[in-house]
Amino acid sequence: MMNSNAPSSSSGAAASTDSSAPRRNSKRPKYSRFTQQELPACKPILTPRWVISAFMLVSIVFIPIGVASLFASRDVVEIVNRYETDCIPQPSRSDKVKYIQSSEDKTCNRTLRVPKHMKQPIYVYYQLDNFYQNHRRYVKSRSDEQLKNSNSESDTSSCKPEGTIANGSSIVPCGLIAWSLFNDTYSFSRNNQQLTVNKKGISWKSDREHKFGKDVYPKNFQNGAIRGGANLTTSIALSEQEDLIVWMRTAALPTFRKLYGKIEVDLQENEIIEVTLQNNYNTYSFNGKKKLVLSTTTWLGGKNDFLGIAYLTVGGLCFFLAMAFTIVYLVKPRRLGDPSYLSWNRNPGGH
Amino acid sequence: MTSGEPLLSSSDPLSAPPPNPLSRISSLGCLCPNASFSSSIFEDTPNDLFDVNEGENLFSAVDKALREGNLEYCSPLKSSFCSAESQILQQFPLKCPPQDRKRMVSWGGSMELQQNSLAFGISGGSSHDPENKSQRIRHKSMQIDDNLSHEENPRLIYVNDPRTTNDKYEFTGNEIRTSKYTLINFLPKNLFIQFHRVAYLYFLAIAALNQLPPLAVFGRTVSLFPLLFVLCVTAIKDGYEDWRRHRSDQNENNREALVLQSGKFQFKKWKKIWAGEVVKICADDTIPCDMVLLGTSDPSGIAYIQTMNLDGESNLKTRYARQETTSMVFEGGTVSGLIRCEQPNRNIYEFTANMEMKGKRFPLSQSNIILRGCQLKNTEWVVGVVVYAGQETKAMLNSAMSPSKRSRLESYMNRETLWLSVFLFTMCLVVALGMGLWLQCHKDRLDSLPYYRKTYFGGRSAGKSYKFYGIPMETFFSFLSSIIVFQIMIPISLYITMELVRLGQSYFMIGDKHMYDSSTDSRFQCRSLNINEDLGQIRYVFSDKTGTLTENKMEFRKASVHGKNYGSSVLMSDTSQDTNITVSRTAAPVGKNRWKLKSEVPVDSELMAFLRKELAGDERIAAHEFFLTLTTCNTVIPILTRSLSSSCMDSEFYEDAEAVDYQGESPDEQALVAAASAYGYTLFERTSGHVVIDVNGEKLRFPNDSVKVLVKGADTSILSILKRDAAEDGHIRHATQSHLNEYSSEGLRTLVIASRDLTDAELEEWQCMYEDASTSLTDRSIKLCQTAALIECNLQLIGATGIEDKLQEGVPEAIESLRQAGIKVWVLTGDKQETAISIGLSCKLLTSNMQQIIINGTSEEECRNLLSDAKAKYGVRTSSCRNWNLKWKRNAESHYLEIPNDTKLSNVPMGFSEKEEGTMSTELALIIDGNSLVYILEKDLESELFDLATSCKVVLCCRVAPLQKAGIVDLIKSRTDDMTLAIGDGANDVSMIQMADVGVGICGQEGRQAVMASDFAMGQFRFLKRLLLVHGHWNYQRVGYLVLYNFYRNAVFVLMLFWYILSTAFSTTSALTDWSSVFYSVIYTSVPTIVVGILDKDLSHKTLLEYPKLYGAGHRQESYNMYLFWITMIDTLWQSLVLFYIPVFTYRESTIDIWSMGSLWTISVVILVNMHLAMDIQRWLLLTHAAVWGSIIITYACVVVLDSIPRFPNYGTIYHLAKSPTYWLSILLIICLALLPRFIFKVLHQTFWPSDIQIAREAEILRKRPNHVQSKPDQSSS
Repeated sequence: MMNSNAPSSSSGAAASTDSSAPRRNSKRPKYSRFTQQELPACKPILTPRWVISAFMLVSIVFIPIGVASLFASRDVVEIVNRYETDCIPQPSRSDKVKYIQSSEDKTCNRTLRVPKHMKQPIYVYYQLDNFYQNHRRYVKSRSDEQLKNSNSESDTSSCKPEGTIANGSSIVPCGLIAWSLFNDTYSFSRNNQQLTVNKKGISWKSDREHKFGKDVYPKNFQNGAIRGGANLTTSIALSEQEDLIVWMRTAALPTFRKLYGKIEVDLQENEIIEVTLQNNYNTYSFNGKKKLVLSTTTWLGGKNDFLGIAYLTVGGLCFFLAMAFTIVYLVKPRRLGDPSYLSWNRNPGGH
Repeated sequence: MTSGEPLLSSSDPLSAPPPNPLSRISSLGCLCPNASFSSSIFEDTPNDLFDVNEGENLFSAVDKALREGNLEYCSPLKSSFCSAESQILQQFPLKCPPQDRKRMVSWGGSMELQQNSLAFGISGGSSHDPENKSQRIRHKSMQIDDNLSHEENPRLIYVNDPRTTNDKYEFTGNEIRTSKYTLINFLPKNLFIQFHRVAYLYFLAIAALNQLPPLAVFGRTVSLFPLLFVLCVTAIKDGYEDWRRHRSDQNENNREALVLQSGKFQFKKWKKIWAGEVVKICADDTIPCDMVLLGTSDPSGIAYIQTMNLDGESNLKTRYARQETTSMVFEGGTVSGLIRCEQPNRNIYEFTANMEMKGKRFPLSQSNIILRGCQLKNTEWVVGVVVYAGQETKAMLNSAMSPSKRSRLESYMNRETLWLSVFLFTMCLVVALGMGLWLQCHKDRLDSLPYYRKTYFGGRSAGKSYKFYGIPMETFFSFLSSIIVFQIMIPISLYITMELVRLGQSYFMIGDKHMYDSSTDSRFQCRSLNINEDLGQIRYVFSDKTGTLTENKMEFRKASVHGKNYGSSVLMSDTSQDTNITVSRTAAPVGKNRWKLKSEVPVDSELMAFLRKELAGDERIAAHEFFLTLTTCNTVIPILTRSLSSSCMDSEFYEDAEAVDYQGESPDEQALVAAASAYGYTLFERTSGHVVIDVNGEKLRFPNDSVKVLVKGADTSILSILKRDAAEDGHIRHATQSHLNEYSSEGLRTLVIASRDLTDAELEEWQCMYEDASTSLTDRSIKLCQTAALIECNLQLIGATGIEDKLQEGVPEAIESLRQAGIKVWVLTGDKQETAISIGLSCKLLTSNMQQIIINGTSEEECRNLLSDAKAKYGVRTSSCRNWNLKWKRNAESHYLEIPNDTKLSNVPMGFSEKEEGTMSTELALIIDGNSLVYILEKDLESELFDLATSCKVVLCCRVAPLQKAGIVDLIKSRTDDMTLAIGDGANDVSMIQMADVGVGICGQEGRQAVMASDFAMGQFRFLKRLLLVHGHWNYQRVGYLVLYNFYRNAVFVLMLFWYILSTAFSTTSALTDWSSVFYSVIYTSVPTIVVGILDKDLSHKTLLEYPKLYGAGHRQESYNMYLFWITMIDTLWQSLVLFYIPVFTYRESTIDIWSMGSLWTISVVILVNMHLAMDIQRWLLLTHAAVWGSIIITYACVVVLDSIPRFPNYGTIYHLAKSPTYWLSILLIICLALLPRFIFKVLHQTFWPSDIQIAREAEILRKRPNHVQSKPDQSSS
């Protein structure tokens, strides 16, 4: 072929326009492994060894985790006491809503027996049922600006229908969530000795420090026609109102627990705990249950066998699969990449 | 010169081939002017054909249309040569819209008008005598007037009087604007255009819904984000493109041209040029607007232009200035006159006008106009008058794009999208009904529920309802707001993703060095971005022959002169020597310039020697005329280049030889001229008025003193108009015919050459008619047809030529591979049956053991009988059980394919061809000609043909017209679901390319019409193998998976939200933050899909090429089908349940808050979806790793950022969560449990029912492992 840089190229080019000699501005694609899609690559295939070891690996990882989780869950001591019906005097049980909205004294005494030794800290929760804290109308009914800044007090547009009182001045904290603040109270005593419930530090530190303002004080709260729940001391800044802070972290599911406080002494097995509670909160309008829960925790959290069982099941299943596939590969091996399995090589007369 | 003594007496009329209005001349097939018809007129066509066939009158005219005839006529003293070729644009008198007559032979047709009038002048006495000529023309101007008056509303251009021209009509100036927008209208117009897309409207509707107070699910700004994002990106892209267009427009508009202003040519900006102005263009300049040539630097008025910018053809074309105006320009006088032309139209191959100057009127045609965008070459200057400017130029009118196609997979995808809409609707309905029921149950307590307050309790509006509009309305709103929440169930982003993926795939296809053609320096081109994946499912390939299977580089091989065959003794080895001897011998005695051809042609020494003899005797004269015809009867232009050394070996001898390069549109003609030159008949000058031929050193200038009609054309058309009474020459005719058969059976393209002497009276009569016809503005082509028929009759046969068209490299292998892949290759060609069969054999399309069914009937009845006979004989089922038959046949076919040939894999010997029923044991090949197709495609025989054709392994259609090609493609397309691909290189393939599901154009010798109309374009036929088997397969696999994965990805997310909503009292709460919901498909999971869609590949190209049968995966729709869709949806359901319930159970009765839960779900779903993808990735590149793992990391980063803004209620969530082991354990559990069924299914499938691809993949990877290092260089070198 003609050399493109030969000195006689003028005549040469004229003599061979059809020459395939590479021109300078050739459109030939530049070679690179990228453009030719030949980059080094890992191409995994499911070889039997691979499959079996994957299943084995999962079972090896999962079974110990499952066992550990189960043990952790079993370690948790939990006392649950459901009281929403029992704390209503027998005569009033026909119209619970009326009772709860009346101004009677709603003190109620419960006794709890400690089933097992409980190491401190013992967390005190209240558990509500059938309370849709995740309802869209409810979740949206808050003003984070207002909670944070004393200047944005009037920022109640998102708080409807609980934004302002009759004269138009804003409620702090506004919104349905704050309005419906839980207001049952518990006090515990053991052998007629008061058990202190530490209500400090029950909320998230980040919430206390950055979300609820230190200079934001409750205002016009629960002044409306209907009281939704607890009142707030107007002299305490919102960042200190930990019950509110806990409550404002709305629950994900309609059955939820909220931390009430911590008991920072050990409870011995078979000890009897006296609970004096004020049954103020109206869950009767929606048939909600109320439970008082005392629980210890482990590294895994509260009492829940689910994780342990699930891990054990999956681990066990994978172990079984590993075994099954081992047998399959031993009994009926398929040579990998065996061309006789190709569709056009399989004997059509066979069927 | 001989007088026209009859060389061939009339022959037996019965032996003449039957009238064949449809057939195209084999050699000129590529040049056929009416190469493409739009399908809209398709239905009319055959009717016309029938008329033509029956009408004797029209028949001859039609035949004329099928070829080019040259007329040579001379007056006794003054010679005038006129290569007036019958410029007949249509094969049959069919009213086809002008824009469909794509490729008129430009100079063939164009020269004729010019030359015609010239001939008048010459015959009158002197060659430059405008007076005389004008006298004669004036006689006819009355008739022309009539013609003009018929033309409605002609455009009047006053030459050199732009003011008058533009006074009456509002012609546009020459300023062009290709940009769409201006600064002011950019925003509204751009938005308007963007919202033409349904996807955007969907986005907009959702966003608008979200603005309604009762429905505000997302924050208002958040919901607008995706739409704004897409709009902004598109607007910026559009804006940038438009800015660039603005700039190029400005450059273009500010270019300068010489315009005649106050008597002098002065520079003027392009945008200020007006119609009617006279412009001067110098060599190599671009032409600023459409102009009628007035004069050129050449006294005869020739200008050469290159139309590269217009139609991509790089060869030079000639345009002529009218002799009348040329002389005026030369004399320096100002030209003035009036041009009447048609209104602006986009047909670049036609121009009809006439010009009135000094009371004379003469016609203007396409050969007199030069178009904007062309370049002037080899001509010092031209002067022309602007007729169309700016937006009205043909180049601007032609800048529209061809309609886009939609891919098959995408239409399936739309079907599944419909299913998804049903799911979406169901889910919304469930939520809405649930809401309604819930409200109904709690109707009395709505005001006392702490989490649902119906009315304002305090404040000014106490007692009023708060966002409560009654239960029915609330139900309805709930339905709407759940649509907002579930909106991504309809994967709108998928359309954008697919576009990006196809773009990436195209990048790799274009960059594939195996599809680069070095001989034409052309890369693969993706002209359509919508149908990449269709390449993986092609079942029928319709191929053109000339230029597609063959190189379309013609070589003159054989000649039959006066019944004697030459050329068989040519030896390839001494060809160049022969040529040189020829040249030196012809040159030496005269001592003049020696003509050196650029290409060397093998010469038959016997014929060579014969030509040296004295010019006497019938045979010798015939040979002379034979070569004269070859030399003159064409549109080839000789371009002389003086070179110092024309060739390396003979540089001393040829120091100052002139090299002749022949430029022409027809490769056949070039080959013939080159061959004639090798035999001593060198064409070295062609102007509008004369042709100069160097015959063995002696320069002959035509016209000379005799009048002769020289005609070359296809055998069927010429043989039928031969003189029929010269019985003594019957043997020549028979001999020639047997030679013709011999040539075509060797795969040569044949042409027949004939001549006729004309008397002066005949000439005179013809000239009158011709003049009349050629100046008419209406029906000019039909009139010309009729005129040409007058003298193109009673011809004498001189001889025939055989031209070889070489097969392209790798064609047989490519066809074999395609056939193994289960693709049926049909060849549709304009060639003769014998030629087609021989080419079929040589490219392994036909094999000797095939049963050939030949259908060439001349009537409907005959075709019907032939078809039914063939069906009966080979046991083809009728259409009543066609579907079943199809299926059965397909099975049979695939069984056939299993016969192991050379594949290494097929080591299991089998012979199950015997197992098949007897009917299928033989391979059938159907050969059908265009004549029969006329009857078949029109009538109810179509289904018969379909039955027969689909049961044949090979179908070869010969002598088909362009529209029939489309008809055959349509036959398959409308009756099967199979994908069709049409591949061709010429304008005659355009209709077929546009009709087929995928159109592929070959950048070949025949210009770029096919490429312009195609979806993909490449340099060689053999690239088709790689395109389909490798890229098609990859693209199909990738896009198929991409679609399923995107359905899954969005559905799993939506289902997860749906389950949660069921546990929020149907209140459409989302646990996820607004931003996470929006980012999910935009940021969190989009990149890996795109990367995998572009880069993943299941098999290497080597494997795919080695085992073409793997292509069957596309035929079986293995990557995307209903079954896979439903499996995916069931898997999605499982995964969403796992996703929802694991956290729910884990955090049952715990203090978990909604944002922590949401955060857990966000992270889990993103990891799950990416792991799902990771499990299916077949090829892990660094980029893939980065995309998949990077997405998870980015998601975490986004979540962290979102949780660090105190303004959001979810502030601090992730920090809190990440500390708890439960969180991490839940994620792990979700991933493993969710993917477990899929993994098991995959393993079981691969263990017990491995797919072909799977096995090939295993073979490929396992084989490579031991000698990994060795195989690498192989890969890169191959």
